[in-house]
Amino acid sequence: MGDLKLKNLNKSFGAVHVLHDVNLRIDNGEFVVFVGPSGCGKSTLLRIIAGLEDVTSGSIAIGGRDVGALSPAERKIAMVFQSYALYPHMSVRKNLAFGLENLKFKRAEIDARITEAARMLAIEPYLDRRPKQLSGGQRQRVAIGRAIVRDPDIFLFDEPLSNLDAALRVQTRAEITKLHREMQTTMIYVTHDQVEAMTMADKIVVLRAGRIEQVGTPLELFDHPRNLFVAGFLGSPRMNILKGRITIGDDRSVLVDVGYSTLLRTDVDSTTVAAGQEVLAGVRPAHFALADAEGLPFEVQYHESLGTETYVYGKLQGQSEQVIVHQPGHFAPAPGAILKIMPLDGRLHVFDPASELALARGRA
Amino acid sequence: MSANVSAIGFFTRTRRAGRIDVTDILSWLWLIGGTLAVLVPVLWAGMSSLKPEAEITRFPPTLLPRTAVQVDVQGFDKPFSLWNVTVEGESREMAMVRRIGLKAQMVDPDNPGKPVSVDTRSISPVQRLTVATENYTDPLTRFSFLTFLQNSVFVTFVATILTLIVNALAAFALSKYRFRGDKTIFVLIISTLMIPLTVVMVPAYLVIVGVGLVDNLWGVIIPTVASPTGVFLLRQYMLTIPDELIEAARVDAASEFRIFWRIVLPLTAPALAVLAIFSVLWRWNDFLWPLIVLSSRENFTLQVGLNAFQGEFSVQWHYILAMTFLSLVPVTLVFLFLQRYITTGIAGTGMK
Repeated sequence: MGDLKLKNLNKSFGAVHVLHDVNLRIDNGEFVVFVGPSGCGKSTLLRIIAGLEDVTSGSIAIGGRDVGALSPAERKIAMVFQSYALYPHMSVRKNLAFGLENLKFKRAEIDARITEAARMLAIEPYLDRRPKQLSGGQRQRVAIGRAIVRDPDIFLFDEPLSNLDAALRVQTRAEITKLHREMQTTMIYVTHDQVEAMTMADKIVVLRAGRIEQVGTPLELFDHPRNLFVAGFLGSPRMNILKGRITIGDDRSVLVDVGYSTLLRTDVDSTTVAAGQEVLAGVRPAHFALADAEGLPFEVQYHESLGTETYVYGKLQGQSEQVIVHQPGHFAPAPGAILKIMPLDGRLHVFDPASELALARGRA
Repeated sequence: MSANVSAIGFFTRTRRAGRIDVTDILSWLWLIGGTLAVLVPVLWAGMSSLKPEAEITRFPPTLLPRTAVQVDVQGFDKPFSLWNVTVEGESREMAMVRRIGLKAQMVDPDNPGKPVSVDTRSISPVQRLTVATENYTDPLTRFSFLTFLQNSVFVTFVATILTLIVNALAAFALSKYRFRGDKTIFVLIISTLMIPLTVVMVPAYLVIVGVGLVDNLWGVIIPTVASPTGVFLLRQYMLTIPDELIEAARVDAASEFRIFWRIVLPLTAPALAVLAIFSVLWRWNDFLWPLIVLSSRENFTLQVGLNAFQGEFSVQWHYILAMTFLSLVPVTLVFLFLQRYITTGIAGTGMK
C-alpha cells in the first residue's frame, strides 16, 4: 500500500542542516505536491523518500513498513527525474524493460507491461527509437512509462515539467493528473511552480528552508495560509501586505486600521488580540473590490490588460509600497487617478509581524 | 560556403579569395612536411623490406627494390651477373666472367665467344625490379615467427581486455562514489605516472620471481594491467555521465555491478576505445619488460623475437625490416576498427 509516514526526519550535508524535524503523513492514492523556493529541501526530501539519500535521523515508513534501511528498489517506488535520465544507449523498449529485467520478470510479463504502458502514454510508435531521437515531450512520457511499468506503490516526480515549453507543460500536467485518476496510486510531486501545485495536488506541502510551513488542500492553503510565507508564496500576483493596527469595534468586532478613515473588517478572534496591536494585513489582488465613497484611496500608476482580466498597479495614497488590484475584463484607469478600494468580506488575512503567523479566526 | 565543394576547390582554397597569402604557403609547407615526416620512415621500411639483403646497404640507396640480374651463359657452369658495358663506342649488356683488379672479362651472353677485357670503372650493373619475398617467407618458416606472433597476440589481447576492465572498475569507483579518501587515492594513482618503468623494474621482477611467473606470458600481462593513464582517462570521462542516470538505474533495481556493466560501461565506450588503442600499442610494442621476464624462445613475443635477428656480429636488416613491417599490420587494423568509436564518441558528446 502506498501510504507514507515521515517521522522527525532530519538531514544534514556535513555542517549544513537541510531538513529540520519533518513530520508528514501521506495517505494511499493521494497526489501530494512538495512546493517551495529553490533550496528549501523539497528535492532532498523526495530523494530521501526514494532512498537515494540517507537520513541523518528520523524514520520513513511506506505501507506501515520501515524502509529506512532499504534500497530504492526494495521500497517499491518509481521515480521520474528532472532530466528524465533515460539510458541513452538503449531503445525506448529497453529503457522500459531494464527495471523489470533487474527484478527477474518473465519475458512475456515484461512485454505485456510495456505494451500496456506504451498504450497509456501513446508512445507505441517510438518503442524502437533511442531517446536522442525523441522530442522533449516524448522523452518525458518515456520517463513516466519507465515508472509505470514497475507498478510501484508510490510515484515520485522531481520537477518533471521544468524542461518543457509552456504549451507542452500544460498538456503534460493534464496527462499526469489523468494518469493519477486512472491509476489511483500515491504520487509525490516536487515543483517550484505554484500553478502546478495548485492545479494537480490533492494535498500541498509548502516547504521553506528545510521546514514544513503548511500542509493542506490547495484551496485551504489559498484561503487560510498559516503564515506570511505561505500567503506570499501561493497566489499570483502575490498578496498585498499592508501595515496596520488592531482596533476593537463597539460590537467587539476586530478591525484593522491601515492609516485611513476607513477601517477594514476582519474575522479575527477578538479574544486573542488587543487594541493597538501592530499587525500586517494581507489582501490578494483579486480580493479588492472597487468601492464608492468608503474605501482606501488607491493611486493608479499603470495597468496590465490581459484581455480577460486587468491588473492595476499603484499605491495607497501617502504610502510607498506597491499594491496590485485585480479587475475582471477590460479596465483602463488613467495613471494618477484615485480609486476607492475595499477588501472583500472574509478575505482579509491578518498576521502577527513578529511571528509572521496568521491570527486565529473567530467564528464567522 | 556551399556544401558541395569539389575536391580541387577544397584543396586550392586560400586565405583571401583570389590570391595566395604567405600563410597559405606556410600551411602547405607545414602540412606537406608533417605528412612526409610521418609517412617516409614507414614507406622506407616497407620498400626496404622488399629488397634483397645486399641491396639494403647499397649506396646510394634506391627507393624501389631492385636486384642485379644474373644470366646463364652457354659453355660456363655458373651464372654470371649482367653489366652495362660500352665496347667500341657501342652500349651493350654483357656477362662478367671474372674480375681482375681494374679489368673485367666480359662475354656476350647470347653469343659467347672470346671474353673482352674492359675497364671496371666504365661499367654498371644491370638491375631489374624485384620483390624479395624470401624476407617474409624465410622468418615465417625458419624463425618461428608464428609462435612469436601468437604470443604477442595473446599478450596484447588479454592484457588489453584486463586493462579495460580493471581500469574501468577503478575509474567507476573514483568517479561515482563518495568515500573517505577518494581524492587521496586518485592523486596517489595519478602520481605513479611520474615513476618510470626503469625505477621499478628490479622490484617488479623480484615480485614476478616471487610469484613464480618468470618466463610466463602472464608475467608479462599482469604487472602492466593497472595503468594510471587508463584510470585517469576513464575517470574523467565517467564524470561526464550524469549521476541521475545511475540513480535511475538504482531505482530500477539494478545492482551496483549491473549499473557498471549495463549503464556506465556502454556510455564510456569512446574513452574505452581510446584506452584500447593505447593499450594495444603499449603491449604490442613493449620490448623491455617481455625481454626481462621471458627467457625461453617459445615464449618470446614478436618484439623480443625480432631482437634475435640482431646478432652480436651481424644485423639481418632484411628480416628485421620485413618482420617489423608485418608487426605493424595488427596495430593498424585495431586502429582502423576502433577509430570509428572515437569519432562517434566525439560526435556524440558534441550533441546536446
